[in-house]
Amino acid sequence: MAGTLAEKVWESHVVRRADGEPDLLYIDLHLIHEVTSPQAFDGLRIAGRRVRRPDLTLATEDHNVPTTPGPITDPVSLTQVETLRRNCEEFGVPIYPMGHAEQGIVHVVGPQLGLTQPGMTVVCGDSHTSTHGAFGALAFGIGTSEVEHVLATQTLPLKPFRTMAINVRGTLPEGVTAKDVVLAVIAKIGTGGGQGYVLEYRGEAISALSMEARMTVCNMSIEAGARAGMVAPDQVTFDYLKGRDHAPSGADWDVAVADWEQLVSDENAVFDAEVDIDATKLTPFVTWGTNPAQGLPLGDSVPDPRTIADEHERAAAERALEYMGLHAGMPLRDIRIDTVFVGSCTNGRIEDLRAAASVLEGRQVANGVRCLVVPGSARVRLQAEAEGLDRVFTAAGAEWRLPGCSMCLAMNPDKLAPGERSASTSNRNFEGRQGVGGRTHLVSPQVAAATAVRGFLAAPADL
Amino acid sequence: MDSFTTHTGIAVPLRRSNVDTDQIIPAVYLKRVTRDGFEDGLFAAWRQDPDFVLNQPQYAGGSVLVAGPDFGTGSSREHAVWALMNYGFRAVISSRFADIFRGNSGKQGLLTAVVSEADVESIWAFCDEIPGAALTVDLESRLITAGDLSIPFEVDDYTRWRLLEGLDDVGLTLRHEQLVAEFEARRPAYKPVVQ
Repeated sequence: MAGTLAEKVWESHVVRRADGEPDLLYIDLHLIHEVTSPQAFDGLRIAGRRVRRPDLTLATEDHNVPTTPGPITDPVSLTQVETLRRNCEEFGVPIYPMGHAEQGIVHVVGPQLGLTQPGMTVVCGDSHTSTHGAFGALAFGIGTSEVEHVLATQTLPLKPFRTMAINVRGTLPEGVTAKDVVLAVIAKIGTGGGQGYVLEYRGEAISALSMEARMTVCNMSIEAGARAGMVAPDQVTFDYLKGRDHAPSGADWDVAVADWEQLVSDENAVFDAEVDIDATKLTPFVTWGTNPAQGLPLGDSVPDPRTIADEHERAAAERALEYMGLHAGMPLRDIRIDTVFVGSCTNGRIEDLRAAASVLEGRQVANGVRCLVVPGSARVRLQAEAEGLDRVFTAAGAEWRLPGCSMCLAMNPDKLAPGERSASTSNRNFEGRQGVGGRTHLVSPQVAAATAVRGFLAAPADL
Repeated sequence: MDSFTTHTGIAVPLRRSNVDTDQIIPAVYLKRVTRDGFEDGLFAAWRQDPDFVLNQPQYAGGSVLVAGPDFGTGSSREHAVWALMNYGFRAVISSRFADIFRGNSGKQGLLTAVVSEADVESIWAFCDEIPGAALTVDLESRLITAGDLSIPFEVDDYTRWRLLEGLDDVGLTLRHEQLVAEFEARRPAYKPVVQ
């Protein structure tokens, strides 16, 4: 029977199938971090259970870590990080702690080590696990009970999903990025549009993206309600993986590639839903509201809620404008920004930093604007420094930080103050996401950098 | 996990759509390493507003949350479920739940009852009519009763069975450990290991 990519990966991981019960799926890689794992390890201890496959489990510290030098000063954050270290030691799980050469945001670390590979199942107690789908892996976020389940059994009982093809047709215009693509997709299908689906991003515009750009797209699948997003592996994927620490080598490489080449949706496979996006019409995209679907092209104006037909969406837009301190009809380019954040599992990779640096080179961050550049991992930081990007950032007046989740989620010292407004390359613009009362506009690294220079939402072409 | 068969409690109308997990419990409250005490962070930002529904005395002790569509979107934090349960909620009624939130709820014994948007409106109207009135959520018969209203709700068969029995997923899976071992023996040799 013809199958989609997602169905093929699913089928190859079924450990047990029984009528009326969810399939039991094997998990190839389990990533953990300090926030969603302590209660899972506790559960194991109480039940006297072990970690079945510590060799398929990797821990890193990311959500709580400060991005300035020095120890964690918040005692509660410190407890959480120390608890992770203790748990990893007790259960034999490898860990990359703060200061380690491989430490970083969990979704940056896995791929850069070559641990994320096509056709794998990857889970983590973090919704942005969808990132790893860029390799043609079935990767999704799980809750703490599921973390415990995977630790104990290396499997998960899962209900079947439906499949949705996101066809991004044509070529992206110059200056339009993966972030703009995914923000446009979310605006089109809504925060609940992907619920119950695995998205497969297809089409010329997706094939032309680098691996890192594909990760940006897949990362935000969850913002459309989908637990997973995937891109079929191709030569771009294989070239990215070859030679990485954990990628297959020697004869194994050829066997693996032969398997990976089968991981495409069959010609006559049927998706449960299809969405078409015309890549040629896309422009830099920004959000104006308090959910990631409330976005528009940068050239547009803040929408008038009265023109929104759906009652719930209208009410949500009214609330969003009030929270964001915006009024209908205001051009998005007139929105003044206090803080610019470049980083996160969405846009904290080397290509993102290069893109931001190329805009900031020879320019200055506007007066009164704070600009944070936070590499996604220690490796990304080293690479950026080797390329001199750090000097571009600091010369422009931006702050060059240590790796971590930073201002994406207001769980560490990097936060917005009440009423402060950011242009952020992260993934969520929820109320208070970056700090109580903070206001977030989601943007690409290029738009973030241009905004830092102008002090108002801007694209590089505006400079 | 405690089993869930039927629950009667005060219905709390939350007239908002897209209630994301950062609203249910902001990240700053996620730092505990236990499963209890998260009620202090429940809807922390909204509770600053004295008019917020949970601050109204008639809804004190509320245990059934009745919310707009797309409840629980965003982060995978199970803390959102713990916060609701620590506060005293046993069930959430909405027309649409985010997948991860719904899954997490099922693991903890928080019932997510799916009804139509029109039914949510009817229950909200019931709450307006008699603020602080109780309703009953009966999982056995998949029925919500509120005054004269009798509203069937959806919950999948497997989750319903696990909730009714109060079963622990890990224990269920470990019954099939042999199948897991057999699967592991078949995995391709090139699959990566961390160490």
